[in-house]
Amino acid sequence: MKRMTFLKGLVGAAAIAAIGLPVVAQETIKIGEINHYKRMAAFAGPYKLGIEMALEEVNAAGGVLGKPMEFIFRDDQGKPGEAVKIAEELMTRDGAVMLTGTILSNVGLAISSLAAEKKYVYLASEPLADAITWSKGNDYTFRLRSSTYMQAAMLAEEAAKTDAIRYATIAPNYAYGKDAVAAFKKALTKLKPEVEFVAEQWPALFKIDAGAEAQALERAKPDAIYNVTFGGDLAKFVREGGTRGLFEGRNVYGLLSGEPEYMDPLGDEAPEGWVVTGYPWSEITEGPGKVFVDAYMAKYDDHPRIGSLVGYMTVQSIAAVLEKAGSTDSEAIRAAFADLPVSTPVGDITFRAQDHQATMGAYVGTIALKDGKGTLENWVYKDGADYTLSDEEVMKLRGSGN
Amino acid sequence: MGFFIAQILTGLANASALFMVASGLSLIFGVTRIVNFAHGSFYMLGAYVGYSFMQVLPGAWGFWTSILLAGLVVGIIGIVVEMLVLRPVYKAPELFQLVATFGVILVVQDLTLLIWGADDFLGPRAPGLKGIIRIMGEPVPKYDLALIALTPFVAFALWWLITKTRTGILVRAATQDREMVGALGVNQAWLFTGVFFLGCALAGLGGAVQLPKGGADLLMDFNILSAIFVVVVIGGMGSLPGAYVAAVLISVLNVFGVNYLPQSTLALMFVVMVVVLIFRPFGLFGREEVAGEHGQVGEPERPIKPAGQTARMIVMAGLVLLAFLPLIGDSFLLVLITDIAIFCLFAASLHFLLGLGGLVSFGHAAYFGGGAYAAALLVTYAGTPMELALILAPLAAGLTAIIFGWVCLRLTGVYFAMLTLAFAQLLWSLVFQWGDFTGGDDGLVDIWPSEWASGTTTFYYLALVLCIGGIIILRHTAHAPFGYALRGARDSARQAEATGINTKHVQWVAFGFAGAMAGIAGGLFVFSKGSIFPNELEIARSFDALIVVFLGGVKTLAGGVVGGAALEGAKDYITRFEYWRLLLGLLIIFVVIVAPDGIAGTLRKWAEKIGLMKREDQA
Repeated sequence: MKRMTFLKGLVGAAAIAAIGLPVVAQETIKIGEINHYKRMAAFAGPYKLGIEMALEEVNAAGGVLGKPMEFIFRDDQGKPGEAVKIAEELMTRDGAVMLTGTILSNVGLAISSLAAEKKYVYLASEPLADAITWSKGNDYTFRLRSSTYMQAAMLAEEAAKTDAIRYATIAPNYAYGKDAVAAFKKALTKLKPEVEFVAEQWPALFKIDAGAEAQALERAKPDAIYNVTFGGDLAKFVREGGTRGLFEGRNVYGLLSGEPEYMDPLGDEAPEGWVVTGYPWSEITEGPGKVFVDAYMAKYDDHPRIGSLVGYMTVQSIAAVLEKAGSTDSEAIRAAFADLPVSTPVGDITFRAQDHQATMGAYVGTIALKDGKGTLENWVYKDGADYTLSDEEVMKLRGSGN
Repeated sequence: MGFFIAQILTGLANASALFMVASGLSLIFGVTRIVNFAHGSFYMLGAYVGYSFMQVLPGAWGFWTSILLAGLVVGIIGIVVEMLVLRPVYKAPELFQLVATFGVILVVQDLTLLIWGADDFLGPRAPGLKGIIRIMGEPVPKYDLALIALTPFVAFALWWLITKTRTGILVRAATQDREMVGALGVNQAWLFTGVFFLGCALAGLGGAVQLPKGGADLLMDFNILSAIFVVVVIGGMGSLPGAYVAAVLISVLNVFGVNYLPQSTLALMFVVMVVVLIFRPFGLFGREEVAGEHGQVGEPERPIKPAGQTARMIVMAGLVLLAFLPLIGDSFLLVLITDIAIFCLFAASLHFLLGLGGLVSFGHAAYFGGGAYAAALLVTYAGTPMELALILAPLAAGLTAIIFGWVCLRLTGVYFAMLTLAFAQLLWSLVFQWGDFTGGDDGLVDIWPSEWASGTTTFYYLALVLCIGGIIILRHTAHAPFGYALRGARDSARQAEATGINTKHVQWVAFGFAGAMAGIAGGLFVFSKGSIFPNELEIARSFDALIVVFLGGVKTLAGGVVGGAALEGAKDYITRFEYWRLLLGLLIIFVVIVAPDGIAGTLRKWAEKIGLMKREDQA
């Protein structure tokens, strides 16, 4: 029988196929970028465009360390195990000097753990989980985007200004949703101890039964609602809740609900009056934020999403850290990240030495309709540095992680 | 009281789309015996096509016409799929077609992305039905009421079609005994095509009709899949009234679950399914499956025999090559082969159940992920060293398999498969929900091998020894008396019983054994990746293994291993391309069509034809 033989042949063929891949033999500095390009196409697409735009700018200005910078984009199918394998390939075979990417927190955590084990530098660009820089933080992992806690604390600050006492929450039933609710509760209770949480709804991610959830929230008769659902869940929740009058006379706070990725699909049904974190690209009229929006629209004939901004800032951060490090050695890059300042479209940010979290903040505003589309009004940009835990708390969290 | 009624109305409205999609799946399975994994894709296409029509057709008239057109278009797409992809493989071993439908899922996903783009669409509201009506003070959306009114018409039309028309008579006859129908001169091919059209059209209708309550997005195909399988199984495969009752039951229970037990959203559906199947092993309205086909489909299976002299030599040569690989390959090649070896052991353990035992498990990830989680939890909480964790992982996985197997083995065929899926899903939701202990979705991280095995090369050897060892043990067991007993139970339970084999017992032991082997793979997996997340317990993971076993060849001993190596190797290469899902889907469909006996089986046939191998009957 030649069945086992055939197996060996296949393994061999796979190996040869893998070895035989063309490698660009050019003097470039390579960055390994791992993402869920297919699984989360709506989010990873604009992110990649942001990266490509920034790369062009960086390379037009002479690259980094005198060489052009190059990103190797790889799709991990949204699976942590795949991402770890690809990370190994990028670092050991493709000659990447560091890793970046991911949207899903679990994939981010998997790469972060690998980074610590193998001493690769990893810049977690988009995943939000607090654990990445706190309880599971490690020496080799850094994060650009403001964490779940930071964004929830910004909304809690707004919520504390009102006289709402009875709060109901609705969040997808997984780690991000739970973190987001816990963070909001913690931050709000600190600011306003008398608040009560009268209902907690936990729809399964992307399988919301919006009608039933709206009924359940209505039944609790809250003064205010805190929403963490996003994507298709948000659309269904907004529609069913709106149809049934759930949001009438209530303050609603929505985490990420104002980001173009989530608000654009709602069209003229964007829920007016919700206080949300988001990205009011059309309302930014001056400064580096405006320059970025204009350049992006000129290049792609489409408006930037929050992912575009994060992608753009990822490249800026990496270029800055490599210049500061003066080499592509992992240890040098890692050391250079400490208190690294970066000038970005949202202003100057710093990668905090104590928890490797960048101080990138978020835009908080109220959803309003303009030309049949949702946008933010009365928005402010809140600096991430003001919405984190105290250094002692951070130390305590990070201490247990390693 | 008003609240209570509003709840039930919400549940009934939710049941509407669910019923349409599920009844289509049920019909297709009933007549063609195809487990159509791609049914969710047709639902998704219905939503997208319906959305596009609604953009151009105005008003209430346009809205309802769009829904009908969506059903029609998706039905036609269904015909295309049936004729191009499924017709060539009807003669293949039972359930083989599900691999083809899996390929269809991948193709549809990428084509949808290509045509409609990545952004989600919010469904248009139904003209004239935008507001609410207050029933006893509670707001009820008008469109919900329209759906509640509409569904019985669809159900009635289907019922009329099935019970009162000649087509229906043929469909029912084919559901009971399709060979007999064929023998009576009915053109089976067109009957199957017709049923496929109807089933897909229903899925398309379901997708379009839910638009005002949601929209169209690229994840909806997988998101509805488990729900419709649950509905079909609870109702009884092939039963339309069953599908309706089950859709209503699940939807209404879900609405009450959301209100009174908000955390239940992940598991409720599967708990209901387990309870129903324990008391009604064939679903609420299902009948006992007629003992499969009259004999096996396709040609009779060959007896297995140990590998011959030449084969052994070549396998040895392959092993030697693998042993010296660290000297010639780079470090990533070792990582890749480690991954492939682990997956091969996982696939081989499922192949053992499926090929030798005839036990189609749809939930094999429970034991792979179970072993991985057992190891990870031991390391995280007890500081267990890797060596001990790798020993305990298969024990934990085997024990899980023995417990699950005890319940599942009361059932047979597709109901058995669905119950294994339900248990896997329950384990998944337990791990997912119990965040304080299992880390939930954020998983368990920083689980790396002991110091001595932490180098890529050392771990490669460790994985290689354990995986190849496991595969050899599985192979050896097939040739041992236990393997003979297991195959006896598969081929004819009654005859095996008569010769004194306790078939249930043998199958139970096999279930536990295969689970333990999957557990070894899981344990190795967690140490190779350093972390574990609930997605290793997901349905998609179980399907991965299922696909490769069929792709490799159920009826050849090496099927699992060959399929695993081929697919993992191909994936590693293909995912580098932009539209890799399209490529991979087409590749799977291509392999399915040219190699209906699986890769190993078909290669063997070719080798025999050109004289490279001797046919067994001549040997």
